[in-house]
Amino acid sequence: MPTITMAQALNTALRDALAADENVVVFGEDVGTLGGVFRVTDGLTRDFGDDRCFDTPLAESGIIGFAIGMAMAGFKPVVEMQFDAFAYPAFEQIVSHVAKIRNRTKGALSVPIVIRIPFAGGIGGVEHHCDSSEGYYAHTPGLKVVAPSTVEDAYTLLRAAIDDPDPVIFLEPKRLYFSRADVDLAVGAPLGRAAVRRAGRDATLVAYGPSVSVALESAEAAAAEGHDLEVIDLRSIVPFDDETVMASVRKTGRCIVIQEAQGFAGVGAEIAARVQERCFHHLHAPVLRVSGFDIPYPAPKLERLHLPSVDRVLDSVDRLQWNDSADTRWAVTA
Amino acid sequence: MHLEVDVTLVEPPLARPYRKFLPAESAVQYLDSAGGLTESEARYPRPSDDRLVEMHRNMVLGRRFDQQATALTKQGRLAVYPSSRGQEACQIAAAMSLRPGDWMFPTYRDSVALAARGIDPVEILSMLSGDWHCGYDPAAHRSAPQCTPLATQLLHATGVAYGEHRRGRDTIALAFCGDGATSEGDFHEALNFAAVFKAPVVFLVQNNGFAISVPLARQSAAPTLAHKGVGYGIGSEQVDGNDPVAMLAVMDEAARFVRAGNGPVIVEAHTYRIDAHTNADDATRYRDSSEVEQWLGRDPLARLEKYLRGRGLLDDASAAALTAEAESAAAELRAGMNVDRVADPMDLFRYVFAEQTPQLREQQAQAEAELAAESEEN
Repeated sequence: MPTITMAQALNTALRDALAADENVVVFGEDVGTLGGVFRVTDGLTRDFGDDRCFDTPLAESGIIGFAIGMAMAGFKPVVEMQFDAFAYPAFEQIVSHVAKIRNRTKGALSVPIVIRIPFAGGIGGVEHHCDSSEGYYAHTPGLKVVAPSTVEDAYTLLRAAIDDPDPVIFLEPKRLYFSRADVDLAVGAPLGRAAVRRAGRDATLVAYGPSVSVALESAEAAAAEGHDLEVIDLRSIVPFDDETVMASVRKTGRCIVIQEAQGFAGVGAEIAARVQERCFHHLHAPVLRVSGFDIPYPAPKLERLHLPSVDRVLDSVDRLQWNDSADTRWAVTA
Repeated sequence: MHLEVDVTLVEPPLARPYRKFLPAESAVQYLDSAGGLTESEARYPRPSDDRLVEMHRNMVLGRRFDQQATALTKQGRLAVYPSSRGQEACQIAAAMSLRPGDWMFPTYRDSVALAARGIDPVEILSMLSGDWHCGYDPAAHRSAPQCTPLATQLLHATGVAYGEHRRGRDTIALAFCGDGATSEGDFHEALNFAAVFKAPVVFLVQNNGFAISVPLARQSAAPTLAHKGVGYGIGSEQVDGNDPVAMLAVMDEAARFVRAGNGPVIVEAHTYRIDAHTNADDATRYRDSSEVEQWLGRDPLARLEKYLRGRGLLDDASAAALTAEAESAAAELRAGMNVDRVADPMDLFRYVFAEQTPQLREQQAQAEAELAAESEEN
C-alpha cells in the first residue's frame, strides 16, 4: 500500500471525482497553476484543463455566488476558501443562499456545492489563518458540515460530499494535511456516520477533525492509568450521528467532548446537551467539555495554551470520577 | 489640492483603452415627456410597432397588477409590497428582451417583470403574502426567486450565464438591481467575475433615485452608475428608464450584444419610484411632493400611449379593450388571493435537505404529534 498524506488523499478524491463526472468543476483562489496553498489541487489544471480546475478573481463572496449560478446550470462546483477566516466575506452567500435555496424554491432548485475550508490551528499560523468556524456553519439549517481526521476518511468523505445532493462545508484540519498513512482509498460510507476509533468501557471521548488524534493519545495515556476510554470520531457534524454517540455513552456512562474551537455556544455544547437529554439515566457524571478558550485565536507563541492538550483531557478524565459532595468546581460563585 | 491625472501614462500599451468603456454623455431617449419623438439621434434601431404594442399591453397589465397588489396590502392580504409604479418600462423591456430559455434574476421590486414573463400573479405574490417559499417554479420559468438581500443575485446570474455558455448554449442571464445595490460588494464582485469570465449577463440598474430614504448623492460619487462598468472593462449604456421605446431598444441591443459572446454589459436606467419604498414606508419624510409631481409628468405609460396613438397603433376602442382585460386580470388576482391556501406544516421539514437528517425526522414527528393533539382538543 502506498504511504500518502491527507493532502494527497484529498487531491486523489478531487481527481477521481473530476474523472467520474464531467459536471464536477474545481475553482477558487490559487487552485490552478499553483495547485492551492496546501497543494490539494496540485496538477488538476494540468491534467483536466483550465475548464475543470481554474483560478478566480480574489473574492470569496464572488466565488460562492458564482458557484451557486454554476450549480443552477447543472455543474457540481467544489470550491476552495483559502483559509477559514477568509471565508467570512462569503458568509452571506453561504447562509442566505447556499443553505436556503432548496427551501426558498420548495425543492425546485438545489445547489450541490462543496465548500472546502482549511480550518483550525496548530500550525503556527498568523492571525486570521487558524479559526475553528464549524459552529457558524453547523448552526445554519441546510448545510452539511464534515471534518475528516484520517487520511482514509479525507478521501472517502470528500467523495461522499461531492456526490451529496446538498451543499457541504468540508473542513480540512490544516495540521493534518501532511499526516501520512498506508491506506487504500475507496468510496465508502455516506455522510452522517461516526466511527468508533477505539473501543473502551469507562468513558466516551467524542471528537472530530484535529481533536481526534488528541482524543486517541489521551486514551492511550489514560490506559496507562487504568482507564479504558472509547474514542468516537464524528466525521460529520451535520448530519449528527446520535445513534453511535448515544450507544457508546449508554455503555460507558461517562462522556467528554473535545473540540479545538472556543467553547461557548459551540458544537461541543450541542453534543453535551444531546447526550444529557438522551442518556441522563445512564450517566455517572456530568458531560464535560474540553475546548479552546473563549478568545480570538492566539498568536503562534501561545497557541499551545489554547489548544486542548492530552493533559487537559486527562484532567477531565479525573473529574469524571464524580463525587457530588467533594467537588465544588461547578459551584456558581456570586 | 487638485490632482490632475494623466491617464495616458497609466494605460499599459497592451491594455484596452479605458475610454472604450466610458458610457455616452447622455442617456438614450426616443420619446420626450409628451410622447413625441425627440430630435436626438437614436443609437439603436427603434423597436418594431408590433413589439411596442406588445410592450404597451404588458405595461397596462403590469400597472394594474401593481395597483392591485398595493390595494391587497391595505386589505391585509399581503404582508408587504414594494411598488413598481413608474418603473414599468424598465421591468417590461427587460423581460421582453429575453428568450424563454434565458435566465432572469429579479429583486423583490421586480414583480411586474415576472408577470411579463408569464408567471401567475398569485404565485408571484406568494412570498410577499407571507409564504416561506418563492411561489413559482424557478427552473420551469427560468426566473430565480425574487432576491431580498441586495446584489447577491448578480453573482448567481453570472455563474449560471457562464455555466450555460460552457455548455455551448446561447442562453443569457439578465440581473436586476437598484441604485442602492451598486454600493454592495457583491455588485462589484459580480461585474468583475462576469467580465473576467466573459459571462453573457446584462446587468440592469434601475436607478430610481433612492435606496429606501437615501438619495443617489449619498450612494455614489460616480458621474453615473453606468460609469461603474469602466473599472471592470465592461461596456455600459444609460437610458431614460421612463421612455418605453428607448428601454426596449436598449435592452434588445444589450441582450443581442451579450448573446453574441461579447461578455457582459451594464445598463443604467434613469427612473423614479413614484410610490414609497414599500407600503410600510413614509416617503414624505425624505422627498418633496414637487419632485414626485415632476416625475409623474414623465410617466412611461402615458408617453407610450401618446406615441402609439400618434402613429395610429392605439385608439379609444383598443385602449378600452385593454383596460377591460386588465380589470379582469385584477379581479382574477383578487379572487386568487382571497382563497386561503392551506399550508402543509410538514413542508417545513421537507425542503431543508434532499433527504431528511435523523434530527429533522425526529422534529417532524414531534410537530405531527403536537398537531394531532391540537386537533383532538378541537
